Amino acid sequence: MRKISCLFALLLLLLSTSMLHAQGDSNMGDTMRSNGRIYVVITVILVILAGLFLYLIRLDRKMSKLEKNN
Amino acid sequence: MTPTKNYMYKSWWKVLSVVLLIYTVVAGLLIKVPDLPALEETIRNLFFHVCMWFGMMILFTVSVINSIRYLRTFNLRYDIYARHYATVGIVMGLLGYATGAVWMSYTWADPNNPATASFSTIAREPKLIGAAIALLIYFAYLVLRDSINDMDKRARISAVYNIFAYAMLFPSIWIVPRILPSLHPGGSEGNPAMNFKDIDSNMRLVFYPAVIGWTLLGVWIATLKIRLSLLKEKQMIQ
Repeated sequence: MRKISCLFALLLLLLSTSMLHAQGDSNMGDTMRSNGRIYVVITVILVILAGLFLYLIRLDRKMSKLEKNN
Repeated sequence: MTPTKNYMYKSWWKVLSVVLLIYTVVAGLLIKVPDLPALEETIRNLFFHVCMWFGMMILFTVSVINSIRYLRTFNLRYDIYARHYATVGIVMGLLGYATGAVWMSYTWADPNNPATASFSTIAREPKLIGAAIALLIYFAYLVLRDSINDMDKRARISAVYNIFAYAMLFPSIWIVPRILPSLHPGGSEGNPAMNFKDIDSNMRLVFYPAVIGWTLLGVWIATLKIRLSLLKEKQMIQ
């Protein structure tokens, strides 16, 4: 379980960096830079929320496991 | 109550919270908002700052309901529920305070307006004092409850105190600040976020889902704390 999640995190990191490099000349970059670059702020907040939710989901799963063992 | 039937173990409302909060952030930053003087784009804080206070109020209400349930049944489980809902409510209140401090610094504290230029004029704001009193009363609830070792005494005294604390919320954050003159929106005419004439219909489409989303997030965190407490109690007995 741990190995899989580590691998998943690494993959996500690699994907995100390659996406950032690709933004320089693609349409995605244009969208991100439009409207005073507000989409960048939205992406940043969504990443924070995603981290928060993943943390909560993990805690929830851990609690369920503990409750089962008792 | 069997674990699987209890709402704490269901996942649909947790998914709903995630979806509503993602919607809140995306729509909250993208929709067209009315261009108001002094506020401008900061009106979008309605989806974040105001929702903290709504969430706090709802969680405190759930907390006091559980205190009353404890006093009716003397089931210690409800005492644990009440305590953790109150804690998460306090956290949301503190976040509301902190976000309000940032918002206020760039709207009320106007260097061109001598009436709001200094800290002392802002510190006299009745809404700030009222909210501080309300939160301090709830801090006292936690101190009181966690300082009593006897389980039954702790539950009974803190449940009664929780009802007093909840009653004090009304004068300190709903009534007194409305009577006194204030820079904060929502005076004698009522809550600006709930007033149908005040709030733009577009903004209501985001505001109500935002309130539900943030509140459910608070409930989620509270249920995790409750489950941990219940588990600890169980292990103590065994």
